[in-house]
Amino acid sequence: MEKFTTLSGVAAPLPMVNVDTDMIIPKQFLKTIKRTGLKDGLFYEMRWTADGQKKDFILDQPAYQNAKIIVAGPNFGCGSSREHAPWALLDFGIRCIISEDFADIFYNNCFKNGILPIKVSKEIIARLMDDASRGSNAIIEIDLEKQEIKGPDGGTVHFEIDAFRKKCLIEGLDDIGLTLEKKSSIDDFESRQKDSQPWLHTAS
Amino acid sequence: MAFRKKAASPPEPPKPRTLFEKVWDAHVVDRQDDGTCVIYVDRHLVHEVTSPQAFEGLRMTGRKVRRPEATIAVADHNTPTTTGAMDDESRIQVETLESNVAEFGVPYFDMNDARRGIVHVIGPEQGLTLPGMTIVCGDSHTSTHGAFGALAFGIGTSEVEHVLATQTLIQKPAKNMRVAVEGSLPIGVTAKDVILAIIGRLGTAGGTGYVVEYAGRAIREMTMEGRMTVCNMSIEAGARAGLIAPDETTFKYLDGRPFSPKGGAWDLALGQWRRLPSDRNATFDSQLDLLASDIPPMVTWGTSPQDALPITDVIPDPANAPDENRREAWARSLAYMGLTPGTRLVDVPIDRVFIGSCTNGRIEDLRAAAEIARGRKVAAGVSAMVVPGSGLVKAEAEKEGLDKIFIEAGFEWRLQGCSMCLAMNADRLEPGQRCASTSNRNFEGRQGRGGRTHLVSPAMAVAAAIRGTLADVRDFQ
Repeated sequence: MEKFTTLSGVAAPLPMVNVDTDMIIPKQFLKTIKRTGLKDGLFYEMRWTADGQKKDFILDQPAYQNAKIIVAGPNFGCGSSREHAPWALLDFGIRCIISEDFADIFYNNCFKNGILPIKVSKEIIARLMDDASRGSNAIIEIDLEKQEIKGPDGGTVHFEIDAFRKKCLIEGLDDIGLTLEKKSSIDDFESRQKDSQPWLHTAS
Repeated sequence: MAFRKKAASPPEPPKPRTLFEKVWDAHVVDRQDDGTCVIYVDRHLVHEVTSPQAFEGLRMTGRKVRRPEATIAVADHNTPTTTGAMDDESRIQVETLESNVAEFGVPYFDMNDARRGIVHVIGPEQGLTLPGMTIVCGDSHTSTHGAFGALAFGIGTSEVEHVLATQTLIQKPAKNMRVAVEGSLPIGVTAKDVILAIIGRLGTAGGTGYVVEYAGRAIREMTMEGRMTVCNMSIEAGARAGLIAPDETTFKYLDGRPFSPKGGAWDLALGQWRRLPSDRNATFDSQLDLLASDIPPMVTWGTSPQDALPITDVIPDPANAPDENRREAWARSLAYMGLTPGTRLVDVPIDRVFIGSCTNGRIEDLRAAAEIARGRKVAAGVSAMVVPGSGLVKAEAEKEGLDKIFIEAGFEWRLQGCSMCLAMNADRLEPGQRCASTSNRNFEGRQGRGGRTHLVSPAMAVAAAIRGTLADVRDFQ
């Protein structure tokens, strides 16, 4: 997983509430057996008409074509657990999403892919949305170590983040590798469970 | 010098715990100082759409599946509901699953297996879902299994890989919410109406960060199928999982299932399962109370499951929305849905009806639907289909003659699978088509690009099919 330390880039405003993962990547793109190449499906129905014409979606506008950040409305990423949603965002170049709140599974999935989801207050979102709407001149900087968002006018905002998740992002840690270091604890757990709940070790 | 005995303070009584806390505590493998835990996973359900990249990850790192026997794989999302062929991409995905389960030794219900079906239908049906378990799947509707008092939640593909490799997940405990539905449900009101009413109250993000325990008489009086419908849609309120305390209804359902414990193991399990319900005085972080008598048959009008209203209501006016966010969302929903404020819901014409999915594709759902369909006809111009949740549901329905009732009424009787709940196979809405659907999501494009979904119970879906408009099932009883 690519490390996340600092990020500097254009932020696209997407103020809609309840952007669901079906919107982020519709079902026809879930038939892939790869993690890559999903950027063409990103926000597909919002970007393309049924007969294949571009709709001038925010990420297709010249100012935002190279956006690395999305400033989003509340409950971003609700619905389906499909990790294709963060894969598609990443494939487009998005490394950070800032919102009032995120749906749980999507939030988790971001961290597994080197994407930083930042939760801030409604008031801060309103300011950042305003910054983002100023187009390609409005560069937003993120410093994960310091937990700071720096707006185009130089003002900084602090954000909270779980310490363990922060460490994993900064160091680009492989979760599975970390857990496998605890193999003996898993072994012990299993042997205790085998004794106390033997039926869990017979199926399926 | 004599030892003086210290006055021993009486032992602290154990802290009352919720069902969630009991299941969580029993699965902690490791706890870091910051509260992050490694949680053991008892059962892992795998399907073709969210697993290929996870198996590929194992291959690239040379890792194995730690406990293939705790895992079960099945193809459900892409599979056709007719005898026709799959499109190439779907076929490749199913074949990829087949080669992955063969390579890693994971048990698999293949395409010709009569037990094949939607993961969340077959887990309980086979007794692979048991009280007190932790169950995960790369699918958000894994919350279904909470109906058995199992902590069950959806995960992403990276976490699927994590579970395959380690049989664990890295998690922090969720907050705990209790939703109580007191009293008995009125005639014509089902589990689907209950959960739509709950989501309407909580909102689509109201459960974020929580595991919701459903309680109260109305929940206790539900069958396991009804309880699964309730828990299934927990995610539509943002909750990570839904839970219902296991009781005699649960145990009766599980007794004798193929993978349920047998003999002495059954007795041992039963003793433990009876201790799972939340302790009296256990504390919840949040509580919502509803009266069953206040819940009518429900229908969604918009593009979020929280847009649920009694069937007797009218399409709402964005001008009356409680806040600016909702006003915009409602206006967008109405434009997408092609609806005008003030229209009575029962006057909204429909083109399609879909009965099925992990929400409402079980035998009891089909019985409830058939009861309304019996001796009636699908309205002219409406195309209606019934898709059983599993091969065994289909066989049972056919044994009971339900298929004939549906076919005589003008419904199509299809093969099992996820089908038009998410339209990954050939079953989908055409742009502008309006559907009364027993599925779980009315998102834009969910059932096909430009398709308009109204979520309802199975009986309400049949009522709509017969009337040709959204309809109140109580007029048919």
